[in-house]
Amino acid sequence: MITSIKPNPWAMLRHAVLLCGALVVLTPFIWMISTASKPPSEIYSSDVHLIPHHFALWENLREAFAKADLGLFLLNGLIVTVSIFVLQLLIALPAAYALAKLRFVGRKTLFALVLFGILIPPQATAIPVFLLLHQIGALDSYAALVLPFTISVFGIFLMRQFFMTVPDDLIDAARMDGISEFGIVWRVMLPTALPAVTAFGIFSVVAHWNDYFWPLIVLNSQQFYTPPLAVAHFRNAEAGTNYGPLMAAALVIITPLVIAFLLAQRRFIEGITFTGLK
Amino acid sequence: MSDVASTLGPIPLARPASTALARRRPRLRNAAAYGLVGPAFVLMLLMLLGPLAGVIALSFTDYQLGAPSFAWIGLVNYQEMVADKVFWISLTNTLTYVVIVVPGAVGLGLGVALLIQSGAGLRGFYRTVYFLPVMATLIAMAIVWEFMLHPQFGLVNGLLRSVGLPAHSWLQDRDTALLSLCVIGIWQALGFNMVLFLAGLVSIPKSLYDAAEIDGAGSAWSRFRLVTWPLLGPVTVFVVVITGIRSFQVFDTVHVLTKGGPSKSTDVLIHTMYMEGFEFFRSGYAAALTVVFLVFVLALTLVKARLAARQVHTS
Repeated sequence: MITSIKPNPWAMLRHAVLLCGALVVLTPFIWMISTASKPPSEIYSSDVHLIPHHFALWENLREAFAKADLGLFLLNGLIVTVSIFVLQLLIALPAAYALAKLRFVGRKTLFALVLFGILIPPQATAIPVFLLLHQIGALDSYAALVLPFTISVFGIFLMRQFFMTVPDDLIDAARMDGISEFGIVWRVMLPTALPAVTAFGIFSVVAHWNDYFWPLIVLNSQQFYTPPLAVAHFRNAEAGTNYGPLMAAALVIITPLVIAFLLAQRRFIEGITFTGLK
Repeated sequence: MSDVASTLGPIPLARPASTALARRRPRLRNAAAYGLVGPAFVLMLLMLLGPLAGVIALSFTDYQLGAPSFAWIGLVNYQEMVADKVFWISLTNTLTYVVIVVPGAVGLGLGVALLIQSGAGLRGFYRTVYFLPVMATLIAMAIVWEFMLHPQFGLVNGLLRSVGLPAHSWLQDRDTALLSLCVIGIWQALGFNMVLFLAGLVSIPKSLYDAAEIDGAGSAWSRFRLVTWPLLGPVTVFVVVITGIRSFQVFDTVHVLTKGGPSKSTDVLIHTMYMEGFEFFRSGYAAALTVVFLVFVLALTLVKARLAARQVHTS
């Protein structure tokens, strides 16, 4: 009885260390919110305090939205990430089905190429892909942001592995019902693969929402800016003089994904780690 | 769906019929297969394999974006690179970054995972908190870090001053700029590694700990040394290589916070490649830099494959 009431020293130590670490990890987020809520007089003072004396979050947000078209940039982020994911699925699912369930000449070679493709880091192909887009006059557009990522060899690999586990009888039954091979992909395989598709979708959306390298290379016009490019541009334009609205803008940019993550943590962690193993 | 499969399975009439049907139309199916893989294959050639061959070919030319013509110049780009001090600084900085971030992010990720797994309380909460930086847009958070490291109004210097230590211009001093970027890199990567280690820890059967305890491994340390660490081996190799590859790709924080400065002290391979290829449009030379980057990343991947194969043999 007494031992159950007595606090366990190991458990206390565990919490103490983990809480300290958590505080360090959270500090940038806390400081971002704190700074976004302070008026300039409190930001540019050597007196460090967390809670603003005068709460100025709304003013800073208003200024951020007035100086940068944040609504448009968030919309761009949505358009680009959703387009990429939908096209990735349209292209990867049929290929994954054929690789997993159909026999055709060149299947092994194709699968070997897919495996090889997974090893190629995106930065390695940047120059030729840029030159290609330049050649066809597609730079500085949504197409430039989306087109290079429509092929996801990792997506093909992941779905293929998943489809391998689907019983052949299910497919044969669908064929007997007169469903075409193309129909089987969408009406039989896709519904069975929803967990894998969700995981891949989370991975894809997070990666492309946060991507900075590629939009930086192919874009000139602000009208196509994605959120990371927009916040970097905001920072350069204000040249470090206007931290309140800048932190408010950063807060706006990270909020959609962070909220989605907090609502569906397990799925996000699963999706990013399980698919992030490329 | 497994219901459908199990009900179909035992029906003797359904199977021969379906296989007969399947046999009757192999050629049709073959044609359908090409239709299904066609778009993926074409795009793979166009956006991945073609460009990969292209970047290697480009590295042997003097091509500059917008130039009317180009010539094959053999190894001249590579010779220029080897003779260029900036390349060596950039390579050294990249390796330094990797050598600091990999042990930092792997060690802390493992430590946090072990601590979380060692008790029952607040597991979900800790996992969420430590994973948050992985989700948050790095560019936005890099700008927050920049303000935290601000020489005059930053939180870090404010805290240092409050305990009587001197303030420092972290990102503006060539001795601390790269180190500051490493700290941001570790902060961002450790949650990802933690989750991988947690998955590895969960898969260790509890019976092994019980067996170790019976064999006299009483202390937490000996249990870790005898059971956890050997069984986490494959996961650890994997995490080290993944973190290594990702660290080699470091670009975002460098580009937005330091632009490779002060005096090249934070210039890294991909940043040098970006400047040469997309600011000065020296495509040929930038391609040669890309090839060097590619060699390092592929070497790491091969190390992983080799070690993974050996793990399978020994275990």
